[in-house]
Amino acid sequence: MDVLADRVLELGPKPAADSPYKNFKLTRDEDGIAWLLFDRAGTSANTLSADLLEELDAVVAALENQRPTGLVVRSAKKSGFVAGADVNEFRGASDPRAVETEIGRAHAVIDRLEASRVPSVAVIHGFCLGGGLEVALACQMRIAIDDARFGFPEVMLGLHPGLGGTVRFTELVNPMQAMTLMLTGKTIDARRAKSLGLVDAVTQERHVRNAVKDAVFGRLKRAKPGALNAILNLGPVRGLLASRMRSEAEKAAPRKHYPAPYALIELWEKHAGNRSAMLNAEKASFANLMVTPTAQNLIRVFFLREQMKKAAGSGNKVAHVHVIGAGAMGGDIAAWCASQDMRVTLADMKAEPIAGAMKRAAELFGKIMRKRTDQRDALDRLIPDMDGEGVRNADLIIEAVPEKLELKQKVYAGLEPKMKAGAILATNTSSIPLQDLRTTLARPERLLGLHFFNPVSRLQLVEVVSHDGTDAAMLKEARAFVGAIDRLPLPVKSSPGFLVNRALTPYMLEAMMMLDEKIDQRLIDVAAVEFGMPMGPIELADQVGLDICLDVGDMLRSKFGDTLPPTPAWLREKVAKGELGRKTGKGFYTWKDGKAEKAPLPETGPKVSDEMIDHLVLPISNVCIAALREGIVDDPDMVDGAMIFGTGYAPFRGGPLNYARTRGVEAVVSALRALAQKFGDRFAPDAGWETFK
Amino acid sequence: MARPVFIVDGSRTPFLKARSGPGPFTPVDLAVQCGRPLLARQPFAPTAFDQVILGCVNVIADEMNPARVAALRLGMGEQMVAFTMQINCGSGMQSIDTGYRYIREGISDLILAGGAEALSHAPLVWPNSGVRWFAGFAGAKGLGAKIAAALKVRPSYFKPIIGLERGLTDPITELNMGQTAEKVGHLFGITRAQSDAYAAESHQRLANAQKQGFLKGEVETAFSRDGKFYDHDDGVRPDSTAETLAKLKPVFERPWGQVTAGNSSQITDGASWVILASETAVAKHGLTPRAVILDSQWSALDPSIMGLGPVLSASALLKRNGLTLQEVETWELNEAFATQVLGCLAAWNDDKFCREILGLDGAAGEIDRAKLNVDGGAISLGHPVGTSGNRIVLHLVNAMKRLGTRRGVATECIGGGQGGAMLIETV
Repeated sequence: MDVLADRVLELGPKPAADSPYKNFKLTRDEDGIAWLLFDRAGTSANTLSADLLEELDAVVAALENQRPTGLVVRSAKKSGFVAGADVNEFRGASDPRAVETEIGRAHAVIDRLEASRVPSVAVIHGFCLGGGLEVALACQMRIAIDDARFGFPEVMLGLHPGLGGTVRFTELVNPMQAMTLMLTGKTIDARRAKSLGLVDAVTQERHVRNAVKDAVFGRLKRAKPGALNAILNLGPVRGLLASRMRSEAEKAAPRKHYPAPYALIELWEKHAGNRSAMLNAEKASFANLMVTPTAQNLIRVFFLREQMKKAAGSGNKVAHVHVIGAGAMGGDIAAWCASQDMRVTLADMKAEPIAGAMKRAAELFGKIMRKRTDQRDALDRLIPDMDGEGVRNADLIIEAVPEKLELKQKVYAGLEPKMKAGAILATNTSSIPLQDLRTTLARPERLLGLHFFNPVSRLQLVEVVSHDGTDAAMLKEARAFVGAIDRLPLPVKSSPGFLVNRALTPYMLEAMMMLDEKIDQRLIDVAAVEFGMPMGPIELADQVGLDICLDVGDMLRSKFGDTLPPTPAWLREKVAKGELGRKTGKGFYTWKDGKAEKAPLPETGPKVSDEMIDHLVLPISNVCIAALREGIVDDPDMVDGAMIFGTGYAPFRGGPLNYARTRGVEAVVSALRALAQKFGDRFAPDAGWETFK
Repeated sequence: MARPVFIVDGSRTPFLKARSGPGPFTPVDLAVQCGRPLLARQPFAPTAFDQVILGCVNVIADEMNPARVAALRLGMGEQMVAFTMQINCGSGMQSIDTGYRYIREGISDLILAGGAEALSHAPLVWPNSGVRWFAGFAGAKGLGAKIAAALKVRPSYFKPIIGLERGLTDPITELNMGQTAEKVGHLFGITRAQSDAYAAESHQRLANAQKQGFLKGEVETAFSRDGKFYDHDDGVRPDSTAETLAKLKPVFERPWGQVTAGNSSQITDGASWVILASETAVAKHGLTPRAVILDSQWSALDPSIMGLGPVLSASALLKRNGLTLQEVETWELNEAFATQVLGCLAAWNDDKFCREILGLDGAAGEIDRAKLNVDGGAISLGHPVGTSGNRIVLHLVNAMKRLGTRRGVATECIGGGQGGAMLIETV
């Protein structure tokens, strides 16, 4: 019934065609209530930019003269309320005072809205994040539509709220809860927002008119700040709570790399209870954070993600995905696709792996979907297919069978005659060149690679691999599919290890070389984590599986020779013994319940050195440069994005190439030379550094 | 001129014996489990159907009109008309019969007709006395009134009634279904030994069918959310013999009855679908008809001898089509109770019964056991009541295809005193 779609948002009276404002619509209904609609020009979502805020100031000023009976603030965009401030305007900022002046102007607009003497009510649907939530907090009342989501994601950009949010949020909502939300950047749904007292009511679009009337004429039952809030905001209590928050924050984000959480805690600890002091301090603290490399790099990463999303393109045509092989990767790819509204047939000749995949899918859906009916529907879309019947109707086939050339070719031979015209044949291979896989195909132009990363639900990257005969239109469709399942595509040419595995393998193999130098494995992991990696290389190898590390290492060495460290003989023995890492419970570490058991390092032992860190991380940058030079990938920004979204490479460093750029190409090249002298030619700087800027 | 109606495909879940507590699937879950692979192997989209008809007796509270819930969960589209049928043990066949008539009349071309039942999910019901007490307590205003209401409570209010037990008791005669089988057995002189021997053979036939792979393509593996899978009818006991079954005590009429848990159908969860198509749909989607439905018949009789329902309905069906008992090459006669199946066979062989009740010139004769329930039946498979009627039609088609026979009848007795029968021919 798409014909009814336009009637979905209740926006008050129909605005006149010629609005005096560029980014707003302003109307007045029969009760004299003014409806102020955010409708930023030329975009599908509202963000707060400097010019929009300037215009908001003019609108609020005009309303002060018109004196309506009430004011409704809402968005005219279907996508939601306001998605946040336009951080693009602060990219490259280096002078904290300039930032503070800028943010001060924005503060004044929000303060003016808050000071409005008519009853004001924000009506919120969809995403209400960061700056958007700060606008809503400046209204006297808030009514949420039941699909609304609230949050302060600033911390993910190395910032904290900067438009008075730290003040108004901790005043309105239990400060422990408020601080936790701001410190983690998590979003909450309308129900939770109501229980926190962030919104006064939750309703549906069809009741917005009546709800607004009740709000404006004093009939709405308001959420009341809990009695506890005042106590929690008292000085001595704050001190106690703040130190607890700091120790929690230290576990997730070390202060050295991520200053924002600590700045936020300090702001609240020092100033809560003193409104004007806290508002002022927030501006200065925000400005200081904005110019840190962490914030600037994280903002860049945010835009890298946007850029990759855009590169995915729109117009996805895939509705039915057929996944072959219900093993760890195939099963998880199938589950993810089903969670993203795809109809999925999961083919395997045996019931056991399908059953295991269904179990993991049920667990995943339980985590990512709140409603039981959504979980049920996603499970219904994930169709076990023991006879491989799904091929016939599938728009996309993803083959995820074991990495054996003959096996894959045998599977393709069975598939090809059954595939419908226009269907894409994708392989999730991580090690077999597409040039080898295509040799037996009747129509090799339909073959491409869709290389997912483990865990599929957490790592957003998908390498979209082409060989020289892949149909260009199909590559485009494959990228659009990746975008449609909320993953980020990286176009790569078929070459051993593609980009990510090729760059990540030396990280793990060098760690094994360091083990041969009798360096404690825990210390190696600590070195990488200190650099900012989510996990040390030894633990990562255990996680990936030592058998896989061995295979990929051998495969890469067969192509790239001595640019890779030799595989230690003891690794082969370990694999032969079945010590494969996490999956067998023992590798370098002993694993229990999915966690590596690590005793703390001795206090007096050797410490992490800069050379250790270089030894581990510079080969990553060196390989990325080589891949760029060889034309495997063509955009250095995408390389950074891929390593961050595919491996978790220290995001605040902005990726392996941005890291090199920041440290200085000269410095990196000479560090590589020093390593080459000490450890061998495999560290020799790639020729590509000469042209890299 | 009535249009021919084809059965083009079908599938069912394994029948899962109710053990302790609710099984892994609700009725709609079961319908989805076997419906998904069935729809996935069709050359047309799930939205191409005209309607969905599902037999289900024990509808659970979360799934009112399970046909529609199943249609939507199977991705058949918001515009799919779907309704649920209930004629007790005949529900799954009534869905086929109704679809058959819609297509024959030219109203529809493609219909998904099934049956779904999860007897393990049958509820415990509070006695009405208890429900009335709770309503009074909840409605009492003020502390005094609450206390007064609370004091009226009696322990019997909390003694739950097993819903299934009530469901299997005929409300008119107050006889349990097992008792109606005892009665039929008595009328035709069926012995305990005969019943046990029949039951043992049912298990052996199913075990053989499973071993030989006769059920491949009919039974689709079901997968539950907790990572388990179910790939066969798990009530089968290949080691059952007439001797071991003889050791069981009668369950319905102790101590002298002959109906035991061993020679009765099992309490089971399961679902089944068949796809019905007109000639137009067959041509449009390039389908291969497997069988054609020629006729169907429903009959009714004294509820206390409901087990004879098949004799009435199948005889009327054959008479109208000018056929004798012996001209039917393959039979599926639902095994509610071994005693009841044997009672039906005896009735057809009873001169007086056939003359006076069926209006025949004499005894209809014998049905060769080799033609009857060739791969076992509800005694070994279980009897998910709303599903069984669908399963016997589906399996009849598959069995005839395998045996190379042409004409078959599927028939069942129906609690409450009815019988249903369907005449099909392979194509």
